[in-house]
Amino acid sequence: MATISQISGWGNYPEIAAEIHTPARQSLQQGIALPSGYGFIPRGAARSYGDSALAHRVLSSRCLNRFISFDNDSGLLTCDAGVTLGEILTTFVPKGWFLPVTPGTKFITVGGAVASDVHGKNHHLDGCFSEFVTEIIVQIGDQVYQCSRQQYADLFHATCGGMGLTGLITQVSFSLKPIKSAYIRQKNIKTSCLAESLRVFDEYVDSQYSVAWIDCLATGEALGRSIISVGEHADQGALEPHQAPKLSIPCHFPDFVLNPLSVQAFNFLYYGKEKAGPEEQLLHYNPYFYPLDGIANWNRMYGRGGFTQYQFALPKTAGLEGLSAILDRIAKSKQGSFLAVLKAFGKHNNNPLSFPVEGYTLALDFKINARIWSLLNQLDEVVIHYGGRLYLTKDARMTERFFKATYPRWQEFNAIRDKYGATQLYSSLQSQRLGISR
Amino acid sequence: MKNILIFGATSAIAEALAKQYANDGHQLTLFARNEDKLALIEQDLRVRGASGVACVSFDAGADDCIAKLQRQLADIADPIDICVIAHGSLPDQGECQEDVQKTLSEIQVNGTSAIGILTLVANRMEQQKNGAIAVITSVAGIRGRQSNYVYGAAKGLVSVFLQGLGQRLAKSGVHVLDIKPGFVDTPMTAHIEKGALWAQPEKVAEIIYKRIAKKSHESHTPFFWFFIMTIIRFIPTAIFNKLKL
Repeated sequence: MATISQISGWGNYPEIAAEIHTPARQSLQQGIALPSGYGFIPRGAARSYGDSALAHRVLSSRCLNRFISFDNDSGLLTCDAGVTLGEILTTFVPKGWFLPVTPGTKFITVGGAVASDVHGKNHHLDGCFSEFVTEIIVQIGDQVYQCSRQQYADLFHATCGGMGLTGLITQVSFSLKPIKSAYIRQKNIKTSCLAESLRVFDEYVDSQYSVAWIDCLATGEALGRSIISVGEHADQGALEPHQAPKLSIPCHFPDFVLNPLSVQAFNFLYYGKEKAGPEEQLLHYNPYFYPLDGIANWNRMYGRGGFTQYQFALPKTAGLEGLSAILDRIAKSKQGSFLAVLKAFGKHNNNPLSFPVEGYTLALDFKINARIWSLLNQLDEVVIHYGGRLYLTKDARMTERFFKATYPRWQEFNAIRDKYGATQLYSSLQSQRLGISR
Repeated sequence: MKNILIFGATSAIAEALAKQYANDGHQLTLFARNEDKLALIEQDLRVRGASGVACVSFDAGADDCIAKLQRQLADIADPIDICVIAHGSLPDQGECQEDVQKTLSEIQVNGTSAIGILTLVANRMEQQKNGAIAVITSVAGIRGRQSNYVYGAAKGLVSVFLQGLGQRLAKSGVHVLDIKPGFVDTPMTAHIEKGALWAQPEKVAEIIYKRIAKKSHESHTPFFWFFIMTIIRFIPTAIFNKLKL
């Protein structure tokens, strides 16, 4: 049964009315009955930021929320696509297993992790989520495809990073990795400029996890000053899972709360609180990987109008020059964000729409206001000039021309959708805007 | 490891609660009508780490369900540590008014079937001298309202029964908990438009899990329903009868 709801992505922009269907399994043997009709988009936990999980007809994976099997020897987990990463951690951390790749929130579904081909702080060594996936079951209308690198390999690769446009992911098999403790040995390194930040990434290339918070309001010689956090799974410490968040933002903040001054003050204090000289500390995985998960509904801080995240990747060759050009523009605009996260990417994979390219990625949050669009258009020019691209999972505004220039394999992606009859059945506001759906 | 019985185990709240107990490694016996769905849930609970999962066919609408249950319970080893009763259906009030059979069968599904289970399980626990009983009733059972008083009456019947049962069993160390959820976003309420007062079944299950552990006696879930229902309870009848609630 369908219900009508107002829905939006995590950025609360844009918002539309949609017909929500929640397909469920009826038995161990039978497939899942999907509603008939065209133009559906699968939707998991609604944590993509923009309009990639928005359409007037939505297939919610909310009722596909069960584990199917787990192999204690290999760590291979098979589960429904609507199971969240948080649930996996709750169940498997006490048994000594961890996610092979995790983004900055655990409140996403496994299906979403595949469709966005998410990356984490270990991308430079381990690649995207899909590297650990052995099999995906994709349902296109009544047709069920058991895809892997051997079988329906084209559909497998198109589905990883395919933003739900290849059909409904119903089930995923992927391997967890063994851990001895729920804790991370973390070290923070403070850098005084961008060149130093990039050097530190190179220096710590063998560290399992690395990520930088970058002060995007610093200018001149301090441009790109950062706090780089590197980490390894600890051997000591209990295998205890995370607890539910204790803090919650109860309502949308009024618009004046986040302004250039308050953001500047935050950046200044955040950079200042870190002592010079790296000291190792033991940190639970929850604050280490998911600092923002500690505050439920933190997206409401940006007010009713919402926000957008601009996450781009630049090839390694463009590194210092390209990042400097972008940081410079942001600092001058004074539209800088609370959270600017820099990360070094490893090798690109073979999925046509997977985002990472070997080099660097920077993610910036911007509150939606009248001036933001022209700044982002300016940043687009720099990104395209240096051969970069934007992350579809965060995007709500890139143009068709920009997308097609920066994701050259989009035609191959569409040919696979055509071949399996998914083109008419699945589309989103984003796929229509980008000219992926015809 | 605890031995836990769950009635209406395919309901969204019960399934979410069972997942928590499975994560803790307990032994679960699931009672429900839809055996296909039970098989899916069993598979999930085993992966989570339940030390055992048994599925038992139970149809609260069948006339012989309690007679059958008496035999089924004989196969369940002592002690029964926790018994959760979560089955129910939300009838259309208009249909009930037109059809006396429908009214009576809804009273059976939501009311007397639970009384049957409670009577059997309470005696077992009283002999054991320990155990916990948690029943999902409803805020609808606090005051009858024209929009759903058949459902409300059945739930209210169970709530009053639980008050007496709790008092009796307190003497043998058995804990009785009456859970009164407000609006919960589950398949049972799929047809109703959702607003700010609606809670997710996982959230409600988490509250129940904690309340059972804390041995509290009554829980409006989420808590704000206590205030809403207190207001509704104290509206004078002369005014209440003019309202549309």
